[in-house]
Amino acid sequence: MESVLVLTHVDESGSALTRASLEAVTAGKELAARLSAPLTIGIVAADATVAASSVASAGARLLAASGEAFAQPRYATDATACEALCRAAQATVVLAPGSSRFTRVAAGVAHRLGGFIDTHITALGGVDTVEASRWFYRQRVEAVLIRDVRPWFLLLDAGTHAAFAGEAGSAQVEEIAVELPQLRTTVSGFRAPSQGTQTIRPDARLLFVAGAGWTKKQPDGQTHAAEAGELILGFLRASGASLGSSKSLVDQGGEGNSVLPFLTHLNQIGQTGATPRHAKGLATCCHGEEPHVVGWRFIAERRAVSLDPNCGWSRGKADVVYVADAFQVMARVNALLTARLT
Amino acid sequence: MANAMHIVVCAGIVPDPLQTLEPVTGPAGPGLKNEMVLPAVLDPWAASALYEAANLTAKNPGSKVWLVSLGPKAKLQQVMMTVAQKAGFELVPIDGPIGGFPDAHSTAAVLADTIAAIPGLDRAKLLLFGGWESATRGAGVTLQLVGERLGIADQFQGVDEIGLRDDGSFEVLERVEGGKHQVSVCSGPPAVLGWATGNLAEPRNNPQIGMANMRTILPALQRAKPATLAANGLRYVSVSLPKQQRITRVEKNMTPDQIAAELVEWIGAE
Repeated sequence: MESVLVLTHVDESGSALTRASLEAVTAGKELAARLSAPLTIGIVAADATVAASSVASAGARLLAASGEAFAQPRYATDATACEALCRAAQATVVLAPGSSRFTRVAAGVAHRLGGFIDTHITALGGVDTVEASRWFYRQRVEAVLIRDVRPWFLLLDAGTHAAFAGEAGSAQVEEIAVELPQLRTTVSGFRAPSQGTQTIRPDARLLFVAGAGWTKKQPDGQTHAAEAGELILGFLRASGASLGSSKSLVDQGGEGNSVLPFLTHLNQIGQTGATPRHAKGLATCCHGEEPHVVGWRFIAERRAVSLDPNCGWSRGKADVVYVADAFQVMARVNALLTARLT
Repeated sequence: MANAMHIVVCAGIVPDPLQTLEPVTGPAGPGLKNEMVLPAVLDPWAASALYEAANLTAKNPGSKVWLVSLGPKAKLQQVMMTVAQKAGFELVPIDGPIGGFPDAHSTAAVLADTIAAIPGLDRAKLLLFGGWESATRGAGVTLQLVGERLGIADQFQGVDEIGLRDDGSFEVLERVEGGKHQVSVCSGPPAVLGWATGNLAEPRNNPQIGMANMRTILPALQRAKPATLAANGLRYVSVSLPKQQRITRVEKNMTPDQIAAELVEWIGAE
């Protein structure tokens, strides 16, 4: 008989569970119900009280690995905490959010428990079994897989389940003792890109992607990188969109070319970048070739502005392609959006 | 020599991103159609790790880079013809299957055993590098598993920067949610660093480095030990291409004002 453990952790506030953790709780509840399996939720936090109360109505056994050592993500402490929670729960299937914190440690934990792991799970199916869907080759091939061995760790991609939203209440939490190893790593905090402009917004409805064309020579024979930067930042301010970029545009910064100073490799979308989830995506000055478009797998509605009517976007990659000068179009878009805001 | 490091870079080979991929299922499980004849490249994120390793060794005399790669010998040789011109390293090849469908745990076990057997490798100086994910399986677990098997409890994933300090410690910037980096300081090797893109551009081809590398690469390829990968209970129910073709409306005759108006309406629609 299967038993299900959902590993969770708190957000930067230190008290509330992350949205991805709450999504994993939903997945765990659904899976446990389908398999008629007992459900356990494990929490990693400095203080798990508030987090536990938020999932008190999930009908699960609650375990916590608490203490100041778990206030910050770190391999040595998080792996030890998750290992202790897993040993206490004795689960056959372990679900966890595919957050940076847990993707750092989950494979190591699986190994310590003699288990196996699969990550980037986008769906859980099956009738009497557990079938996990995930992508291969950077979102170009989709597969459904099963494992006959246990424990089986499954890291869930964010946005694939609804976040658990039960009534908060008092919770009975079992504190699990964790024997910490000698610590050689200290976490000093977080650092945002030095340009000071928040351009990556994972919760935005719209992804705006800038391609290398923004810094290429324009019809007047000159480059207009500064103007391009103002148009792009103006659009982000007016629309609340998240900014992505093609690799070629980001790489220009490292090659000493005319660049958009607020772009970093963190903005990169595609084969060597991110695969974000947004409801809509607008590509500008970008060819839409396959290495780039694989990063758009989870963008539902796609439009592109390109001067090339035969670009990759027009070959079944986008819903609408506008053959036009993105400088002209985005200037007018910004004017319209700004007028609506004022 | 205070910061002399032994850097092992784990790097697989992957189909060139511009190739069309078609999954097929054979007796040994799923794979790609004509996989052995598809042009291959070094895994992009692992390539970032290699360039960062070369950069570190250039700044820290006494350091050395090993490149451990698992794949069919013929494909490894093809890819190394290019990679060898980018950075100096000693190749440690393993003759095994190609592709994203073999189990990561089996891959990690073979890699860990191979690394543990590298002559002259000082574990106290070891920095285990690789990509934080591959462009094939993309699981982001192989490097962690290798690290665990080698008993390394300081691991970092999504690394974009490492800064060595005079006392042997180093600062690491790891990608976290929301376009930020987590900043950590590790007291020194051994450690595992799964690289994202880093900050270095791809080095230009250097024929002199290439010739020096090839003197050791070809004999190493001839000596490459064969490896088989266990399935570990992993079975594929289905492997397929997504239905990704959209019916694209191409607008060639709209004015910028018309396009802007349509885009603003689309952006605002639920």
